[in-house]
Amino acid sequence: MAEPQVAELKNLQNEGLADEQNAQYLTFELADEDYGVDILRVQEIRGWDVVTRVPNTPSYVKGVLNLRGAIVPIFDLRERFDLSSQEYTKDTVVIVLRVNGETGRRIMGIIVDAVSDVLNANSSGLANAPDFGSRVATEFIAGLVSAGDKMVMLLDVDKLLGQDQESEQELTAAK
Amino acid sequence: MTIDMAQFHQVFFDESFEGLDIMESGLLEMDPGSADPEQINSIFRAAHSIKGGSGTFGFTNIADFTHVMETLLDEMRDGRRQVTTEAVNVLLASVDVLREMLTATSEDAEVDPERVKAQKAELDRILAGETAAAEVAEPDNAEEAPAANKQTGWHITFRPHSHMMRTGNDPLRLVRELQGLGELTVEVDVESLPPLSEYEPEDSYLSWDLHLMGDVSKEQIDDIFDWVEDDCDLLIDPICPAQKAPPVASEITSKPEPKAEIKSVPAPTERRVGTDRRASGQKGSAKKTASSGGTSSIRVDISKIDVLINMVGELVITQSMLGMLGDEFDISQIERLREGLAQLERHTREMQESVMQIRMLPISFTFSRFPRLVHDLSTKMGKQIELKMTGETTEVDKTVIEKIGDPLVHLVRNSLDHGIEMPEDRVAAGKPETGTVELNAYHRGGNIIIEIKDDGKGLDKDRLLDKAIERGLVPPDAMLGDQQIYELIFTAGFSTAEEVSDVSGRGVGMDVVRRNINELGGNIEIHSEAGVGSSFIIRLPLTLAILDGQTVSVGSETYIVPLVSIIESIQVKENMVNMLAGKGETFKLREEYLPIVRLHEVLGVKDAKAKELNEGLLVVVEGEGRRCGLFVDDLLGQQQVVIKSLEANYRKISGLSGATILGDGSVALILDIPGLIRMAGNVSVAFNQAPRKSA
Repeated sequence: MAEPQVAELKNLQNEGLADEQNAQYLTFELADEDYGVDILRVQEIRGWDVVTRVPNTPSYVKGVLNLRGAIVPIFDLRERFDLSSQEYTKDTVVIVLRVNGETGRRIMGIIVDAVSDVLNANSSGLANAPDFGSRVATEFIAGLVSAGDKMVMLLDVDKLLGQDQESEQELTAAK
Repeated sequence: MTIDMAQFHQVFFDESFEGLDIMESGLLEMDPGSADPEQINSIFRAAHSIKGGSGTFGFTNIADFTHVMETLLDEMRDGRRQVTTEAVNVLLASVDVLREMLTATSEDAEVDPERVKAQKAELDRILAGETAAAEVAEPDNAEEAPAANKQTGWHITFRPHSHMMRTGNDPLRLVRELQGLGELTVEVDVESLPPLSEYEPEDSYLSWDLHLMGDVSKEQIDDIFDWVEDDCDLLIDPICPAQKAPPVASEITSKPEPKAEIKSVPAPTERRVGTDRRASGQKGSAKKTASSGGTSSIRVDISKIDVLINMVGELVITQSMLGMLGDEFDISQIERLREGLAQLERHTREMQESVMQIRMLPISFTFSRFPRLVHDLSTKMGKQIELKMTGETTEVDKTVIEKIGDPLVHLVRNSLDHGIEMPEDRVAAGKPETGTVELNAYHRGGNIIIEIKDDGKGLDKDRLLDKAIERGLVPPDAMLGDQQIYELIFTAGFSTAEEVSDVSGRGVGMDVVRRNINELGGNIEIHSEAGVGSSFIIRLPLTLAILDGQTVSVGSETYIVPLVSIIESIQVKENMVNMLAGKGETFKLREEYLPIVRLHEVLGVKDAKAKELNEGLLVVVEGEGRRCGLFVDDLLGQQQVVIKSLEANYRKISGLSGATILGDGSVALILDIPGLIRMAGNVSVAFNQAPRKSA
């Protein structure tokens, strides 16, 4: 009885260690910039498919998608970051992420230009994003890491998509 | 061998609550004076199992309390005691107390010991009264009593049969319980113990000689051995020592004592019951909200599961048939493929239906509380009311069962309090003295209809209108139709009761009733005729997971309007449309002016085909008593849709109640009609916020 629990515990510890020291990130491209998300949060990667628009939502919420019976919202990350928007091509992919919000775990998708690579990053190699004041929003960025000659911005998935939740709720509450 | 007993607690509580329901309904059906012994028996059995179970799990306070009830019931069963209205009422109140105790125990909460004590005293009082009567009526009994008093203890020979432990009974527990009754000397007889090599660990080989000293009645001992009677040889002999006169004398004098002690108690008890019941009601509702977050279980008729298993079997067969077909498919087999797919479709649909069936429970779960309610309230109000219930077996979704209870209670209370007149008024009005309240449930066209009908005085239109004007809810010169006047009672803070009674008239409630019903996707209608009676008709969807929807198109988008809220769809002609202050569009539908909500504007659809009103269609919908016309491009079709939550992964969107997946796999959004009507009230707000949010 107790053994699987112990094993699970060890796993958790291992995961924790991996998080601390040597984490893997899925990197993707967005308007010639490189971003990364914790690979353990990625549920699946799928091609761009037509979504159902949801009325009265911000423009970066492209709509909802039927993901095997679950209704999953899809966000356009270019629009979210105020980058120039682009036509969706056959390379355009949706990364489906698990987000830990206040109300539990949610599944959300982000639209990115293309998936590039899996990156091993040591926590010691992480640099904090420089502070631009209010000019550039950096609160979603968990850290910066170098991959070759490129800089990869690692995103904090919970802050990016979970916080969005909150601010929207505030908006709806305010009106 | 130690077992974690806690794992069985839930089952015990479930069964006990069922037992309580049986007791309650049995007691209500019992005719004072001429009770059916079989009925008393079933009540007794229910009490007995609760007592046994609570004893086993160590809930001694429940066991003790139930014991007293059981004693009373036992005497009724044996015919030693007349079934009086008073006794039945005390038993009913005891059922309430017991329910509270069980609820409290299941939540690890404290029970008010005073209340339990008071109720127990009440029971004892009834019992004591009966003892006196029995002594007069049955001399045998009276003789037995002093005989029992003479002896100072019992000699019990207890020889369990070898299989006793396998029936789940532990002799040790019995001995321990005996110990609780008095001074116990135990002698073990190990004679039949076999050599270790032949020893069966699950058999019991021991037997006991027990000497129990103290003032213990034979019934008490019998009770302990009740469960094992058939699994052991049991001899219980009184021990009568030479002479012990003094204690006997004191015992006899102490006999009437409880009576005296109790006499002072009933008065406060009565009062307590009134106040406490309300407190317990609140507790009950608080508990409900707490437990709704946790896991809840459902009891499913085994036949429903059998049907489901059969269906899965069929599905597997179809699947393997299609699999074989696919392995070496050639075009000549197209007919068989079609056949197989049709079969698959049929099975899938049947299976969906039977899975839905699992969530369906008969509405008697909700109705069962009403006989008690009517019984209690009519006594309290001095009215004579007969409750007629039909269609208790109508099955509805479990969530509906859980949520419809309170609104129904409210409506029934209202009918009793405001609807049915006092007996003398009824006679004066030429009606039978006894008023009738009818509860009726049935299916009609994919809906569940629940009717609450009374033959009372009906709603007083003039009073309603006066009150509404007085409260400033309607302008003094308003011309309202009957239906609109009745609708007023659903307004928050509205009550016409001249006096706020304990039962109803606080004016909180009817608005909540309607809100609850709307939350379930249903609606409520009132019909009333002065002097003849009124009826409330609640219409609910069959299930909450599936909704009958009308798909409508707006531009390239498809939305679903719940069929239940659609009244009709019409094509508007220009002469029907009027502008209010140059902005608000209204149209006239049979003497009523209804606002037009252009769906493409509210939902921000850019490619709507119909810009002019005569190009599209108006779907007349109703939500929360307000009507409006939704302007859409076209109606597509009606279909049943499975409701999916938008909140699960995203958030609540105003104007939408959920989403569903259409046949082609795409997502369609389900419109929230009351929400839309509210939004349409401030369309400009909805518009302004869109750019602000995207900024």
